[in-house]
Amino acid sequence: MKILVCISNVPDTTSKITFTNDNTAFNNAGVQYIVNPYDEIALSKAIDLAEGGKGTVTVISVGDVTTDATIRKALATGADNAIRVNATPRDAWFVANQIANYAKENNFDLILTGRESIDYNGTQVGAFVASILNIPSVSISKKLTIEGNTATVEREIEGGKEVLTLNLPAVIGTAEGVAETKIPNMRGIMTARTKPLDIIEPIEVAQLSHIVKFETPDPRGVVTLVDAEDVEKLVSLLHEKAKVI
Amino acid sequence: MSILVYVENTDGQFKKSAFEAVSYAKAIADQSGNHVIALSIGNVAEGQLNLLGKYGATKVLNVNTEQLKSFVNQAYTAIIVDAAKSIEASLIVLSNSFSGKGLAPRVAAKLNAALADGAIELPTGSGDNLQVKTGAFSGKAFAFVALTSPIKVISLNPNSFEIKESDIAATIENYDPSIDAADFSTIVKEIVRATDKISLPEAEIVVSAGRGLKGPENWAMIEELANVLGAATACSKPVSDAGWRPHSEHVGQTGIVVSPNLYIAIGISGAIQHLAGVSSSKTIVVINKDPEAPFFKVADYGIVGDAFEVVPKLITALKTYKGL
Ligand SMILES: Cc1cc2nc3c(=O)[nH]c(=O)nc-3n(C[C@H](O)[C@H](O)[C@H](O)COP(=O)(O)OP(=O)(O)OC[C@H]3O[C@@H](n4cnc5c(N)ncnc54)[C@H](O)[C@@H]3O)c2cc1C
Repeated sequence: MKILVCISNVPDTTSKITFTNDNTAFNNAGVQYIVNPYDEIALSKAIDLAEGGKGTVTVISVGDVTTDATIRKALATGADNAIRVNATPRDAWFVANQIANYAKENNFDLILTGRESIDYNGTQVGAFVASILNIPSVSISKKLTIEGNTATVEREIEGGKEVLTLNLPAVIGTAEGVAETKIPNMRGIMTARTKPLDIIEPIEVAQLSHIVKFETPDPRGVVTLVDAEDVEKLVSLLHEKAKVI
Repeated sequence: MSILVYVENTDGQFKKSAFEAVSYAKAIADQSGNHVIALSIGNVAEGQLNLLGKYGATKVLNVNTEQLKSFVNQAYTAIIVDAAKSIEASLIVLSNSFSGKGLAPRVAAKLNAALADGAIELPTGSGDNLQVKTGAFSGKAFAFVALTSPIKVISLNPNSFEIKESDIAATIENYDPSIDAADFSTIVKEIVRATDKISLPEAEIVVSAGRGLKGPENWAMIEELANVLGAATACSKPVSDAGWRPHSEHVGQTGIVVSPNLYIAIGISGAIQHLAGVSSSKTIVVINKDPEAPFFKVADYGIVGDAFEVVPKLITALKTYKGL
């Protein structure tokens, strides 16, 4: 089974989020970049599925040369080879077109993404790729098993869950529950350096949207503390002031 | 030109998020001189369809076949695209629900449309420069996305836009789209829904508890508090990792993102990854025995105290307030 895993290079979860150029650009000064945590789940699942010679795992990322460190981490975790599309990821549509373009020529059985990236929080790339390739997709899965040509997926729905089957090839977005996140071991880190990382040039994609500016949320006012002995006070504040009960 | 809004149902009933989507589309239509056409897929009775007029739809396209009772992404995409083309929609609005997240990009791709997912406010601007405010960086920022294509798709976050009544009598039209058999290759095997529970992403009040509760046996008081308030229950990540609560209750950066009117956090420290999932809640109440807990910095109201003493008292006070 040939598996493609889409990897996004994102600021570490604890990064301070600030902007520059009049709030039009993310300020990456001093920011540590990591493999998007949901993509780590996708990668870990792919490695499990391919284990013991049952398949190969290719990771793909759209990014400039600074993305290489993150890609090497994915190789160290256990991917077999990597592709970097040499472009600044403009938006999800751009990224999806690059991935679909590569996938088209390389016949993958399964394409895995994370459920969303923790920077722009879109759940777009996977479904875009599937739409371009005209194959089925599930954007947020909690469990995934593959048997022959069929994927069985458990996904969350409001107030419950749904189990469905899809024919491969398919695109599946992974969330917690799909796999235990793997971390690179010493051997992985050593071999990662020698694994192939191919760089390909992007294709042209029409731009349909762009980010005009960013804002950070207004800080909440200072907390109003209520004495632990006087919970009735909290009830009346929630009713009269906050008007939420 | 018109606005198409896809309204999702659960077992034939529209939920609040469907009415929010219609109200949202209506508010945009009023700004731009358009009208709203709703599209319903599945087995929905006429009484429910009529309700859509109450929130601003002038017409309801009703696709009602047994085959389409449960959500099949590609088939639903095909129907929405087909309807959008037939009414020459310039904008398609849908809910940013679990199914909506899978649907919106596919619909946008098929229509060469720009997509803003997770809108939290009415857009500004018009025509080829509609700007939509969405969340970014896991609750730590907002992004304003300009949609510059002729056709646009917006998915609306639940609980972000207030339902407004318009009192239009909608006409209901049975709609018969052409769908390819290949669009049905995905098969739903099983749906499990806890009908007695309030759905977490849509809940107006959420009662959430963390590792401070010490063990799963102590959740009875959390459930009782939620019950009294008509709230959904949630938890922090370590709590679901330990199996004290199901994963579906885990909120935060790697869990569900919620924006209820009221979020009550009990015995949760307020780690940045937890806050990522709850910081857009309108009012936050924190109950924690540690006055230095970071959660107090983002809370509106707080009680410094032992959850095992405070929560039972709070339940009693709320019961008195509600006359229970
Ligand atoms: C990549 C990544 C992703 C993550 N994603 C998430 C996520 O999505 N969601 C999430 O929640 N976490 C997430 N985490 C974990 C997060 O960093 C914290 O570890 C977690 O939120 C802490 O949970 P907690 O507050 O329940 O537990 P603790 O940090 O142990 O805090 C327990 C709190 O309870 C209080 N307490 C103890 N006893 C009592 C009592 N009797 N009465 C009142 N208060 C009491 C304590 O003062 C303390 O503040 C993530 C971490 C990483 C690295």
